[in-house]
Amino acid sequence: MSHVLIVDDSRSIRELLGGVLRNAGFAVTSASDGQQGLASARGQCFDLVITDINMPVMNGFDLLAALRTLPDYAFKPILILSTEFSQEMKQQGRAAGATGWMVKPFDPVKLVDVIHRLLG
Amino acid sequence: MHNSTSGHSQLEEIRHIFISECNDGLDLIEQGLLELERGNNTLAIVNDIFRGAHSIKGGAATFGYTNVAEFTHVLETLLDRVRTEELGVTPPLVQVFLEAVDVLRAMVQAMESGEDYDDAQAQTVQAALIGWLGGEQDAVAPAVAMTSATSTTHADPTAVSAMASGQREAKGEDSLAPQTAPGILWDIHFKPAPDFLRNGNQPQHIFRALAELGTLTLQPLLDGLPDFSAFEPETMYLAWSLTLDTQADAARIREVFDWVELDAEIDITPRQPLPEKAAAPSHAPPPAQEAAVAEQHAPRLERRGGKKDAGSIRVDIEKIDVLLNLVGELVINQAMLNQVTRNRSGRHGKELAGELEQGLLLLERTTRELQEAVMEIRMLPLSVTFSRFPRLVHDLSARLNKQVELKITGEQTELDKTVLERIGDPLLHLIRNALDHGIESMEQRQAGGKPATGEIHLGASHEGGSVVIRVSDDGAGLNTERIFQKALEKGLVEADAKLSDSQIHDLIFRPGFSTADVVTDVSGRGVGMDVVRSNIEEIGGRVQVHSERGKGSTFRITLPLTLAILDGQLIRVAGEVYVLPLLSIVETVQVNAALINVISGREVVYRLRGKAVPVVDMREVCRIAGNAVLEDYSGKQMIIVESERRHVGLIVDELLDQHQVVIKSLETNFVKVPGMLGATILGDGTVSLILDVTTLAQTLHRARRGDDHAVATITH
Repeated sequence: MSHVLIVDDSRSIRELLGGVLRNAGFAVTSASDGQQGLASARGQCFDLVITDINMPVMNGFDLLAALRTLPDYAFKPILILSTEFSQEMKQQGRAAGATGWMVKPFDPVKLVDVIHRLLG
Repeated sequence: MHNSTSGHSQLEEIRHIFISECNDGLDLIEQGLLELERGNNTLAIVNDIFRGAHSIKGGAATFGYTNVAEFTHVLETLLDRVRTEELGVTPPLVQVFLEAVDVLRAMVQAMESGEDYDDAQAQTVQAALIGWLGGEQDAVAPAVAMTSATSTTHADPTAVSAMASGQREAKGEDSLAPQTAPGILWDIHFKPAPDFLRNGNQPQHIFRALAELGTLTLQPLLDGLPDFSAFEPETMYLAWSLTLDTQADAARIREVFDWVELDAEIDITPRQPLPEKAAAPSHAPPPAQEAAVAEQHAPRLERRGGKKDAGSIRVDIEKIDVLLNLVGELVINQAMLNQVTRNRSGRHGKELAGELEQGLLLLERTTRELQEAVMEIRMLPLSVTFSRFPRLVHDLSARLNKQVELKITGEQTELDKTVLERIGDPLLHLIRNALDHGIESMEQRQAGGKPATGEIHLGASHEGGSVVIRVSDDGAGLNTERIFQKALEKGLVEADAKLSDSQIHDLIFRPGFSTADVVTDVSGRGVGMDVVRSNIEEIGGRVQVHSERGKGSTFRITLPLTLAILDGQLIRVAGEVYVLPLLSIVETVQVNAALINVISGREVVYRLRGKAVPVVDMREVCRIAGNAVLEDYSGKQMIIVESERRHVGLIVDELLDQHQVVIKSLETNFVKVPGMLGATILGDGTVSLILDVTTLAQTLHRARRGDDHAVATITH
């Protein structure tokens, strides 16, 4: 079973996303900010990470950059799920090493499709 | 994994989480705004406010609350201007933001109760926000993601419905249909960025997704390949020229690239001119239908009446861990006691008794700790109540044209949830009064040599087993002459009464008393200090005032930590045991028959150190004895209790122990009994009634209204 890490400061989003992914047959772990997410990612090897950008303590871009320096996550798919959708923001995400960008509100069917695709 | 029922209630639960997140976010925004107004304009605060708004927007969009999402988007856009310092923080701007917070609160309340939200106010405030943005609606562009054409064919509610039904229902219809009918040819240029692979992507994922839409042909472009010596296996050098024969439209094709668009150059062009609109084999449902679907799936799955949150409480995990630990101890304790009784054969009685006693001692300790831990769960910090006051003071001082600073201390002090909920209104009233009547106008203050800005201090602290809340102001203080004059007009005092200042101050708590010369729209009319006092006494508290002319007033409220447990004095009346709240007892005296006066042949008054105290025979109250007034009380115990600053003597047969008792509601278990606070179960298993001194005294005073003056004068 593929294991997905969700990083978002909003509990309702974490629960909703977690519910959708669990229903789709993924194992899910969640964290409420970048720092927590990084700690979880260090503790075990997830197959895919979905992160929000705007979070306290450590934002999504910093998390991304930090994850990309870890050997385990150098090539792992990391998706950004955010309400932001300006090109500048997306560029920033790309520079930090994001695999893809999804705009909230998200379509769970599509998200699950994307994840299936990314995980082969 | 999840059947649809669990998905449904799970969703409902998440929705509640979202609502409470919204409320927390709004509190945060409001606090931040008030900080800004006080001149603490730091980037950190602006960022906090911005993040608060941003989270609400994201959640609202996800849960399908379009109105909230759109409104917050406008707010966020304006906040962004502040964040980037294009717009300076001014009081009028903060005011608009605060109004926006109010609108959002109303919206959140509406989503909580499932009622419709009246849009008019939102429109007004939104127009004001847009005005600040420079007046053009365009300034808000790009519009919220959900309304942008490229975003998705499925709006957010699918997120919700997919979860509610617990399956990926929509998948098939989308990806299987197109291959049947011939479509049109699309040329797609796809050039991934060099980092494409390093960012966790693989081109074949995209090709596979495109192939699902129709017939795909691939033509790799090798121009970008470097010399072999410079070749890095992790870098993407290839590009592709793709041809797709599909019925799907451009938006549908673009969707495949949505999540990689930042990582690749993508160019999608139809090779044949697009057919006429009417004939277009549009894959996406037409807009009207889409809207209907969205409507259907809108996440108002269940409309619930009333506030659901009112009955729930958020508890620190630590508190629950403590509980679990104690329950663990209880289990061990039980096992130990079992052991003792099981191994009793052939053992000495004394030894056995000793072990049992030890086990029981342990049980007693664990039970007490468990009780405290359960109480602890109901405890919330006063900040929950205090947090609404900065906004109140801000609004009111602006309306009264006064400068007032509210200082809050001790807001981490914890109180039982029930007490906390019921202290809000009395505090609100006291703070309003302090603002309206206490703090003088700026001119008056300056003339009196005071700083122009007045100060109201709201503080909480622990004192003994109670919590004390103080509301102080550095205003004018109470005007004793005017209060006395007013009391005289109302017939509350005799003209020749000799009262100390503090006795006069105390008159403001009497029913029907109001000294405000002008009834302002701030303090309003009707609700007086008497209601404040009775509200506080209803939750077992007391309120006192201390005031100094020209220097200010302090209201001191003493509250019990909890309403569930009470320090009680056990008394016996005609063979029955009752409980009196220890807090209300002033002293106990032995009745001296010579000091008893009977007025008009029925009212009994006791002369206690020169003051007349009305006397109640508890047997009469408890309807046990007949005509008790004629009885000889000599040598009996009389408990002097205080309620609403009036003393009453209760004649009882016997004083017993003092105990902490757990209050059981009579209302939920039986019916409401006037004069009784509730019931409790005593150590021996018998049920005992807890007397409500306040109601008792009120009933007495009402019954004796005619002679009230004789006994009502404060007996201090």
